[in-house]
Amino acid sequence: MTEEIVLSVKGIEKNFTGTKALRGVEFSLRRGEIHALVGENGAGKTTLMNIISGVFKPDAGEIFVDGKRVEINSPHEAQKLNISFVHQEIALCDDVTVAENIFMPAINESKSFTVNFKKLYSEAVEILKPLANIRPDMPVSELSMSNHQIVEIARALSLNCKVLILDEPTSALSESESVALFKILHDLKNKGIGIIYISHRMGEVFSECDRVTVLRDGNYLGTYNINDIDRKEIVNKMVGRELDDTYPPKKKRNEISGEVLFEVKDFTSNRFKNISFKLFKGEVLGIAGLVGSGRSEMAQAICGIRPVKKGKAYYMGKELKLNSPGESIKKGVVYLTEDRKIDGLFLDLSIVKNISAMDIPKISGKLIISSKLEENQANNYVKIFDIKCRGIQQSVRSLSGGNQQKVLFSKILTVNPKIIFMDEPTRGIDVGAKAEIYKLIRKLTESGVGVILISSELPEVIGMSDRVMVMHEGEKTGELVEENINEKQIIHMASGITK
Amino acid sequence: MVDIDENPKMNPRKNIFSTAGQALNNFPEINLIFIIGVVWIILSFLSKNWNTWGNIRAIMMSFSIEGIVVIAMTIMLIVGGFDLSVGSVMALTMIISGKLFLLGVNPWIASLIAIIIAGCIGIVIGFFVTRVGLNFLITTLAIMVVTRGACYVLTKGTPLSLFELPASFKFIGQGRLSGVPFVIILFFIIVVFSDFMLRKSSVLRKVIYTGSNERAAILSGINASRVKVIVCILTSSLAGIAGILYMAKFGGATAQFGTGLEITAISAAIIGGASLSGGKGTVLGAVLGVAFLQIITGAMVMLNVNPYWQDFIRGLILLLAVTLDHIRQTRRRSA
Repeated sequence: MTEEIVLSVKGIEKNFTGTKALRGVEFSLRRGEIHALVGENGAGKTTLMNIISGVFKPDAGEIFVDGKRVEINSPHEAQKLNISFVHQEIALCDDVTVAENIFMPAINESKSFTVNFKKLYSEAVEILKPLANIRPDMPVSELSMSNHQIVEIARALSLNCKVLILDEPTSALSESESVALFKILHDLKNKGIGIIYISHRMGEVFSECDRVTVLRDGNYLGTYNINDIDRKEIVNKMVGRELDDTYPPKKKRNEISGEVLFEVKDFTSNRFKNISFKLFKGEVLGIAGLVGSGRSEMAQAICGIRPVKKGKAYYMGKELKLNSPGESIKKGVVYLTEDRKIDGLFLDLSIVKNISAMDIPKISGKLIISSKLEENQANNYVKIFDIKCRGIQQSVRSLSGGNQQKVLFSKILTVNPKIIFMDEPTRGIDVGAKAEIYKLIRKLTESGVGVILISSELPEVIGMSDRVMVMHEGEKTGELVEENINEKQIIHMASGITK
Repeated sequence: MVDIDENPKMNPRKNIFSTAGQALNNFPEINLIFIIGVVWIILSFLSKNWNTWGNIRAIMMSFSIEGIVVIAMTIMLIVGGFDLSVGSVMALTMIISGKLFLLGVNPWIASLIAIIIAGCIGIVIGFFVTRVGLNFLITTLAIMVVTRGACYVLTKGTPLSLFELPASFKFIGQGRLSGVPFVIILFFIIVVFSDFMLRKSSVLRKVIYTGSNERAAILSGINASRVKVIVCILTSSLAGIAGILYMAKFGGATAQFGTGLEITAISAAIIGGASLSGGKGTVLGAVLGVAFLQIITGAMVMLNVNPYWQDFIRGLILLLAVTLDHIRQTRRRSA
């Protein structure tokens, strides 16, 4: 492998209305390496990449491509310099074919009045063949999440990119899809493409990347060969303080009473069938499975958000009817959504109003809301969770990911839930906030709340669950306890090999 | 996950509106009060009749009844919808109550029946939007045309003359209490009441939640469909109440009355800070918005602007208001 530098930046500064997002950041990328960029939310990773890909202009600093100083004023100019950015929120046109999406930049540049579809398809096949088995004439809306990402990568390749930037590409992918993605990335690396890889997942950084650059609060903390540093050091640099163990200790098997807190029998809908499980008092039940295995759909159905064909739920032996979100919230069975921005929070409303949303009667008499009760409630949660904000009237949109998630938790806890289905409770939040949420989960179970944890991150499922239920294509494929909770077993069951 | 200050989506283009947009974002009412003040001062220099009690009263009269519809429209915008049928629902209410009165029904009872019918139109809109799943644009456009058609069918195109209405009934549209027109007092009461409700009532809080993020509202246990239907009923009923006030004021009803009211109401609400993307809007903003539009109309009349040009100018104001709203939204998402 060569040591040739394809891209480097020096002394990058960027201000956003008063806040310094980047202060004197440097970064360099070699030909044919996967270079991880890590840091907590707000560290400036995405801002730096937006500068490199021409979305933002830096206030100060220099960018060099192939040793030559350049100015990148727009994403279009970045493309011309063979820099491609695969955004976290995938930007594809849903109703258009795969091939048209791949060649969107080329079609845009083309002088011809018509599009030669035959040629388009054959060229698309050529690009896609080494990546995945995707038909070029399929509309993108029919593709899975991981294939969306592959189409984006194919688009970057069609532009003959030398620098490929990926922003948390695996956050929406299942374990096996991630593995497939890394295989592709390693192939690209061997062809000499430099890859910048933004991630929150330390596991991936250590298993897949060559070097790592750490940012904290817009400052450059250093670049390291992955072999010269360990996980703990990196995390400490990111957070700027020593972290306790990420996962709080589990319950011992004999500490969990045999008392059944919550039970589900024979839940069936068009996305999953015959799901039954028990949740014992004091334990965390993890649910693992690939994306598309029906985990979230099942949780939503139990909470009355999706229709069910049949199935019964019991709390402490008594049957619960949960036909609508309103009804299930009243009965204390709540669903913590996997996507706080889409269906969790009211981004443009204040922290106060977000926290009150689930239990309006609690802050109002029959009809009229008491500002005092409402504000006290919000102040209370801000204190308990240490939500970092300018004040409770601040809009939730302007909070960081971790603080947004804390607001979401506050909202759910206002109803004093008995059972919480947590769908990806730590998605997209930084290490420090993750640890706090894990502690909170343990505290909840100790106080008698049942927690069902759905997660695509295997280390999280393994680290947090006292028992794990695995699903595959809408069916339960098994349950694991104690030392059987390990990656091998889970992946085995999740891929449907054992039944 | 992306942080707000690092949103990769947008390259915040600098344009001449962005500063104005940001200023409006923080406290839209203040800006509007300022603009109204400036316009008012200019007009008082242009005409010595402008600053007379007669003129002020005329302007306040002119927006008091319309203002009720604007408040309704603001609440409609907050829930994330809008209603194009307010003008024709208003006319239909006038015609139904007028017809009933001519048939010998007590005018108060006739009005009540007509307002209930208006509320039923709201139920129909709510049904098509929440149960059938059509959008507000197409549903209320169709209802607007259907209702207007009904007005022509009922009147066969001839205006209803209602001079026979008893004085006690005409009082709500024409009367004065110690010199102040009753409609102004009524409007003031409605403003204070609805402002309080929008801040404090749990029902209208649900409206804000639903408009701000419908899916999050549903997951929070709010019955978003029911909330929308309630707002549809509220809007149509308030349009109906406005119709009754106009009928009492003019002592008549015509099939084409209230044409274009939807445009005025949506413009005023958006000028007042409500947003087409839902979740935003205040009663004070609505009042200022409609006041602003009526001041402009009054000014055009005073300055002898050709009536044909008046719609042209009103249209431009709407376009400007919607553009500012759009800039406010994009600023907020990328800032």
